[in-house]
Amino acid sequence: MPANEYLPFLTEIKEVIKHTDIEYTFRLTYEGAVKPGQFFEVSIPKYGEAPISVSGIGVGTVDLTIRRVGKVTNEIFEHYAGDKLFMRGPYGNGFDIANYQGKELVVIAGGTGLSPVKGVVDYFARYKEETKGMTLIAGFKTPKDILFIEEFSCWKQAMEVILTVDCADNDTECQIGLVTQYVPQLKLNKIKEAVAIVVGPPMMMKFTTQELLKRGFLEENIWISQERKMCCGIGKCGHCKIDDIYICLDGPVFNYVKGCQLLD
Amino acid sequence: MGYCLDEEGFNQVLQELSQEYVVYAPKLFKDGGSFSDTDRIRYGEIHSLAEIVFDHKAEYSFKEVLLPLSQTLFFFTEDDVKEADAPKNGAIILVRSCDLHAIKRLDAIYLENGCEDYYYKRLRDKVKFVLIGCEASFDNCFCVDMETNQTDEYDAYLAIKNGKVYIDNHNETWEAMLAARSTQTLTVIPDFVTHNDTRVQVPDGITLDAIEASMWNEYDGRCINCGRCNFVCPTCTCFTMQDIFYTDNGKVGERRRVWASCMVDGFTDVAGGGYYRGKTGQRMRFRVLHKVYDYKKRNGCHMCVGCGRCDDICPEYISFSHAVNKLAEAVAEVAVHAGK
Repeated sequence: MPANEYLPFLTEIKEVIKHTDIEYTFRLTYEGAVKPGQFFEVSIPKYGEAPISVSGIGVGTVDLTIRRVGKVTNEIFEHYAGDKLFMRGPYGNGFDIANYQGKELVVIAGGTGLSPVKGVVDYFARYKEETKGMTLIAGFKTPKDILFIEEFSCWKQAMEVILTVDCADNDTECQIGLVTQYVPQLKLNKIKEAVAIVVGPPMMMKFTTQELLKRGFLEENIWISQERKMCCGIGKCGHCKIDDIYICLDGPVFNYVKGCQLLD
Repeated sequence: MGYCLDEEGFNQVLQELSQEYVVYAPKLFKDGGSFSDTDRIRYGEIHSLAEIVFDHKAEYSFKEVLLPLSQTLFFFTEDDVKEADAPKNGAIILVRSCDLHAIKRLDAIYLENGCEDYYYKRLRDKVKFVLIGCEASFDNCFCVDMETNQTDEYDAYLAIKNGKVYIDNHNETWEAMLAARSTQTLTVIPDFVTHNDTRVQVPDGITLDAIEASMWNEYDGRCINCGRCNFVCPTCTCFTMQDIFYTDNGKVGERRRVWASCMVDGFTDVAGGGYYRGKTGQRMRFRVLHKVYDYKKRNGCHMCVGCGRCDDICPEYISFSHAVNKLAEAVAEVAVHAGK
């Protein structure tokens, strides 16, 4: 008989890191292979399951950054360090680090879109010699919506970082503006060989990829990550299907050549 | 080997089989129809030949045997989860050729799309299929054009003629039992329809641009999002998770999966209020193209088997086969726009 993928396992919350009023990172015990951009189905008896992407990978732990916006996530926020949570996974393809090694890399993230790609940023912050230069453009609505504020100072040591907000009072240290406006200013030596990752809300991804293509990025050098409702995570429940693609199995990370065809 | 049995002999066979299997067949549910004083023909457990309805199409498909409408996956008790038990007996399902083809569609999703599904597999391994022939096409059937009107992949074939039961058996383990009850051995050739009044033509050259076609707009006004077309379909496989907790003890409960419909509100809802395909016409587009376009890209054959149940059940008289036949025009329409 095949393994029963639907049975969740128990993990322990090692730490809860608060970013904003509604966004916390839960550091959970997890032993096993996992890639940035993959996701777990976090399972709360009585409330259901929610697919949450991996925002950090530690020794014996994974980080899940969760926004409190629904039935399941509201309930997850009632859990504290030392409590236990059910989950299953990891599912999905995740980001393949090899696609970005030895190249100029631009990561553009909008809001919680930074979570799925954060593992890639962490990796290249640690092994900065593995890229030919890296830029992170991260956009949030307002200064109080910024996630991973402590990490930004550490990332700045290893890469070009543009932290921007849509709107703010005058005294903020961040830049003000949409992520798309920084694309024309990107300093790149060989645009045709440069690679980019774009993750965020659908409209942000649409306009950001357009800007990148205008700058001369090749379609095959851009990656995006999609989000959909998922009930199983293993290609059965049908909720995440777009055309002949199952986001849970074939994604959530797609090369733009395929990703631009995911119309719905 | 082919056998002829009388009714009593066949009922004895059923009795013998029922020690190991639950036998499911189309049967009459008196007053079980959609309106008062109407009956319903759908799948249920049978114990005798007289209970089987041969002269009507089952309004719902066999799929609820393999994919129960609501299926408990496991039980929660505080820090533990316990898998739900599988039914002890296997199942024998009496199906027509279109439905037998539908099994392959279900298998493709539940056994081949990603990992094997544990709960499907454990039921599927214990199911045998008995084919019921079709002497003539029923209303709205279009199996011939979907190439599902014939099959030889059955455990046994069953037909009733002049009160006698004719069986073509392919299952070796049933040979002795059938031989003992039969009045005659002979060659039994299944009845397959070779003509349907309803014809469909799936055009070549469908592309995703078909999303933009104007044909879908009509359904914005006509469809009421009831999802009946999904629920009667032998190949619709979608489900949603549902947690149930017991009122006496709130710490104990179970997780179930229940049928879901891509036509009903909420199917694509994501946290934070996002959703896709808000318009009914676009949901119709999603369903139609899945059945006759994108499923084939992924799995090699069309998902739709042409049973026509969706057309039979629709309270708004929306016809799936008509929608498929409009696709050629839609492809031409979007090709013109793409050319501009």
